[in-house]
Amino acid sequence: MTQLTQQVTITRMDAPVGATRLFAAGGRASYRDHVATYGNLDFARVAPGLIQELERSGLTGRGGAGFAVARKFGAMPHIRGSRLWQSSAVVIANGAEGEPRSLKDETLLRDSPHLVIDGLLAAAAAVQASKLYLYTTEISLKSVRKAIAERRDAGAIRLVEAPETFISGEASAVVNAIQTGAAIPTDRVGRLTTSGLKQRPTLVHNVETLAHVALISRYGSDWFRSAGSERDPGTRLVTVSGAVTRDSVLEVPGDARIIDILTSCGAVQSKIAGVLVGGFHGAWLTPEHLGVNLSTAALAPYGAQPGAGILYVLGADKCGLRFSADVVRYLANESAGQCGPCMFGLPEMATLLERIASGDRDPQLARDLAAMSESVVGRGSCHHPNGTSRLVLSTLSAFAEDAQAHLRGQCLRVEYR
Amino acid sequence: MATVPNRYRLHIDWTKCDGRGLCTELLPDLLGRDKWGYPVALTEERGSRSDVFIPGSRLEAATDAVNLCPLIALALIAPTAKR
Repeated sequence: MTQLTQQVTITRMDAPVGATRLFAAGGRASYRDHVATYGNLDFARVAPGLIQELERSGLTGRGGAGFAVARKFGAMPHIRGSRLWQSSAVVIANGAEGEPRSLKDETLLRDSPHLVIDGLLAAAAAVQASKLYLYTTEISLKSVRKAIAERRDAGAIRLVEAPETFISGEASAVVNAIQTGAAIPTDRVGRLTTSGLKQRPTLVHNVETLAHVALISRYGSDWFRSAGSERDPGTRLVTVSGAVTRDSVLEVPGDARIIDILTSCGAVQSKIAGVLVGGFHGAWLTPEHLGVNLSTAALAPYGAQPGAGILYVLGADKCGLRFSADVVRYLANESAGQCGPCMFGLPEMATLLERIASGDRDPQLARDLAAMSESVVGRGSCHHPNGTSRLVLSTLSAFAEDAQAHLRGQCLRVEYR
Repeated sequence: MATVPNRYRLHIDWTKCDGRGLCTELLPDLLGRDKWGYPVALTEERGSRSDVFIPGSRLEAATDAVNLCPLIALALIAPTAKR
């Protein structure tokens, strides 16, 4: 694990060794730094074998859902052998990063924009896409514009600004934003890889995912798998914040233990009430479980997943019910208001959790909240209700003792409002 | 590719649905209503309640629901259609 603020001065073109891969060219890497570190990439040459290499690499999406990257590529018509639409495919690099506690995409686009651009160009060559987009926030667009101007092969990439909303990065919202300017999810019966932007087959990948694609294109799947474990190969970016001495974006091996990541950022295990894993649609881990790896398999028993690599540390003096209530209220306010169960259900969930957090001693509240949270799942055009429901149910489970104390008119934490 | 069971599905477009409840009257065995009037699939896993499998015997009622929904929020998806 390497602190990103640390400048790495590698000038050779061998594959990076260890877990410092995405930032091996140093901070704010210019195109010259980039090529000096990673070498040039011949997109036409790597395109034919790229999907097989991605399959062997075991790379999963780094935007949140963790879907197998090769499978998403494989669903594109060109790859499936369909000649229909072959020349009109679209690839979108998604750097919207709507999660308030995530900074990794912004950091990546600032420090290694050329890896993301390489990955986008490699992906477009592999699926024979004719339209390329990079969708990200205003601040990151500045870095990307500068990077694109430094090279000659990126002129086809169109830049689209993502609004600073929670759901702006949801895949159908990304397509909608580019097509209509409205960054809100749309109803879908099929996959975007079949019919996305203007009904064209559309591949949407997170910017970190594409940066890994750029490295796998160069160094291959065996190199990718030389970090992490058999089950969780490669590296991933994480954003650590909360009760730590420094908020950090780190690149860690796929099998890194959560407690080791937190300790490297100055967290102290005995002073942690819980760790929110995977962001505001994520789940809480209580202190006794922090020895697990930040991986899909290790987190599954706790109902959590790595998501976009977000670790928020709640200090032991903070009330998890209060913090979660504030998050759920935020999520309710971030609903696009398109789907009834989300529009009406989420504010009610927020109110119920706020009452529990504030010391309302009605014993029925937790049951009502759990029932309401169950009722919204699977009843919306995107996963916003599902993710909010996951957070609420995890809160009730992880902070069950806190909730019991509140029913007695007490709070286990120092801070109580 | 997930295998598609050989049955029609009734897809609910939540961005259009306003909870008028006509579908729940035509298909009371498959759709209940929540406290705001929005349909709740009674026969599905909680994660897939936007696509309700329709038994052959209920296909006619489901077709009526699609045609009569005042918000045009319902669609029947044929068994052969790929997701």
